Amino acid sequence: MQHDPSRTSFYVGNEFYQSLTESFKDWQTEQLEITDLLLRDTCRMLLEKEARLLDQNRLDDWLRLYVPECVYWVPATEPAGDPRTEIAVCFDDRRRIEDRIFRLQNEFAWSQQPRSRTARLISNVEVFSTENKNILMLRATFLVTEFQAGDKRTYSGWYGHKIRYENDKWNIVAKQVNLINCDQNLRNLSIIL
Amino acid sequence: MSSDTNFNRSITTQPESEFDYDELIFEDRVHQCIYTEEAIFRQEMRKIFGGVWVYLAHESQIPEKDNFVTTKLGLRPIIVVRDSSGRIRALYNRCTHRGATVCRHTKGTAKSFACPYHGWSYFNSGKISGVPWPEGYADDFSDPKYNLAQVPRVQSYRGFIFGTLNPDMPPLDEYLGGIKKPLDEWLDRHPGGILSFCDANRLKFNGNWKLLYDNSADGYHVVFSHRSLLAMENRLVENTDEDKGMSYYKSSPDNAPFYVKVFENGHHYKDKRPAVDTSPGGLWRIEGPHPGMENYESMIRDKVGDKADTILDLASSEPVNINIFPNLHILGNHVQVSQPISLTETDTTWWGTSVIDNHDELHGCVDAINALRMRTQESFPNFGEIDDLMNFEQIQAGLAGVEDEWIYMHRGLGIPERIKRDDDGYLIGPPTDEVFLRETMKVYKNLMQSNPSLVVERNIEEATF
Repeated sequence: MQHDPSRTSFYVGNEFYQSLTESFKDWQTEQLEITDLLLRDTCRMLLEKEARLLDQNRLDDWLRLYVPECVYWVPATEPAGDPRTEIAVCFDDRRRIEDRIFRLQNEFAWSQQPRSRTARLISNVEVFSTENKNILMLRATFLVTEFQAGDKRTYSGWYGHKIRYENDKWNIVAKQVNLINCDQNLRNLSIIL
Repeated sequence: MSSDTNFNRSITTQPESEFDYDELIFEDRVHQCIYTEEAIFRQEMRKIFGGVWVYLAHESQIPEKDNFVTTKLGLRPIIVVRDSSGRIRALYNRCTHRGATVCRHTKGTAKSFACPYHGWSYFNSGKISGVPWPEGYADDFSDPKYNLAQVPRVQSYRGFIFGTLNPDMPPLDEYLGGIKKPLDEWLDRHPGGILSFCDANRLKFNGNWKLLYDNSADGYHVVFSHRSLLAMENRLVENTDEDKGMSYYKSSPDNAPFYVKVFENGHHYKDKRPAVDTSPGGLWRIEGPHPGMENYESMIRDKVGDKADTILDLASSEPVNINIFPNLHILGNHVQVSQPISLTETDTTWWGTSVIDNHDELHGCVDAINALRMRTQESFPNFGEIDDLMNFEQIQAGLAGVEDEWIYMHRGLGIPERIKRDDDGYLIGPPTDEVFLRETMKVYKNLMQSNPSLVVERNIEEATF
């Protein structure tokens, strides 16, 4: 039976968590580094586009960069552990990301009244191969500056993206946001990082 | 004792208050300055955070001997440690010599702590173990005055560790009083009556710590502050009699079947259970959408059949708010701890809890339940608390209008039929009344009008647990 991941969350179970944590283990090695400049630039363009769509608050367009059975994960520990046994800052499946976008677009989400303005810098993009040539892992350093309620705050760290080639383009399967201060108290984080 | 002055039970005193709290706190209102005056904040950090029993840590964070976590008691840096003999202590994280912190990690395992500055070191009982080149000192360091200071009274209630610096505080058990009953019920819904911490959603707001406590039993704000969350939780619901989440607040919460009960010492309790179906599976049925819920639910149903409903309720949020003055809140499945950082900055940490099933009461489903619990617990801090914190920050901003002096808390006051007493004499009101706030402010006023003598202990045998 085909389930719509926007309506139900059948895909998030033990197998999913296992495969996710394995994907984000031991992947940043020299042997797996990709040096092909065209491929590296293609990946960089995907990350830059994602950053632009988030900065422009085009959240529906942003989510179109993701496969249907995706995850947005901000661990609360360094290094990230198993999401089945520890709380994360955010761990959103497709339906919860859509919930998050719904709420951000709702005029009664007071933490976003007025809406934050953001500017993100993405740098140090590296691309790593996996056993499957249609799946790549990306590492990039980020600095997100948020202007909200009269002052600025910054979030920094590195992104780990798992991307998959299908329908003639690279799509995001999983985004892991590793904040350098993920285990500290964060002032009212209400934006998508 | 070899000392000419008694260093072992040092006494901290401060000049009496310049504020007349009788002019600041009335039955129906409080003066804005209790949220904006630095001098009042400094008094609170002594008279309340130190003067009463303050929650410090949970025993599941330090399960083994030599485990420690660092925290604060008010603004004091504290190491909560299970020492090498197994005793739980709350040590001042401050070298006796020149004052540097001796431990700079948030958690870990250590038999001793060495100060990075001049190398003075201490056993994890607080006893000094050595100083470099002792021949340079005329003392032999056998006097307990060189041990780390520690919180003289540290006590636990069912895993929750509290400390006070006030020798005149009644025992913890008595301080908690009536709030122990809801706390017991909350714990006892889990196998073995125990829980373990499993990391946290850590938040912060630029506002005074009391703004959070003032909100903790408030059922008046929910449909306004959390309007976006209520809409979000129900965006996929087609039939309104299947409403999710906190929908029981909708329509007229004034007449809702749930209530707030006010206990002694500023503790209070909002019990929403009467508003929900408490038959097996009732709590699970009103859970909003969470990652993995359909997957794990079908797995559990396949595995245990009819028993699944009761088991799934453990992945659901328990509809209670148990507020223990001044810094501990138990709500849903969370243990929320608030920590003043300054007059206008407060950390609030939402510890997640996981179920421990030592006797397989959950028929092999405990891992599935915990996998669900992680996601159910992340929901409110992500989609509810952030709007509360924004409102707290905006109260702090509004209070800068200092000539507009008063904050009102009189909902329900003067309408006697709204407030009742239970058989134990505790006040019960509708969840939308501010009776809990008025009663807490009476406790607050008494504390701020008191002048406790706070002490630390250095004789490691004298510290009681």
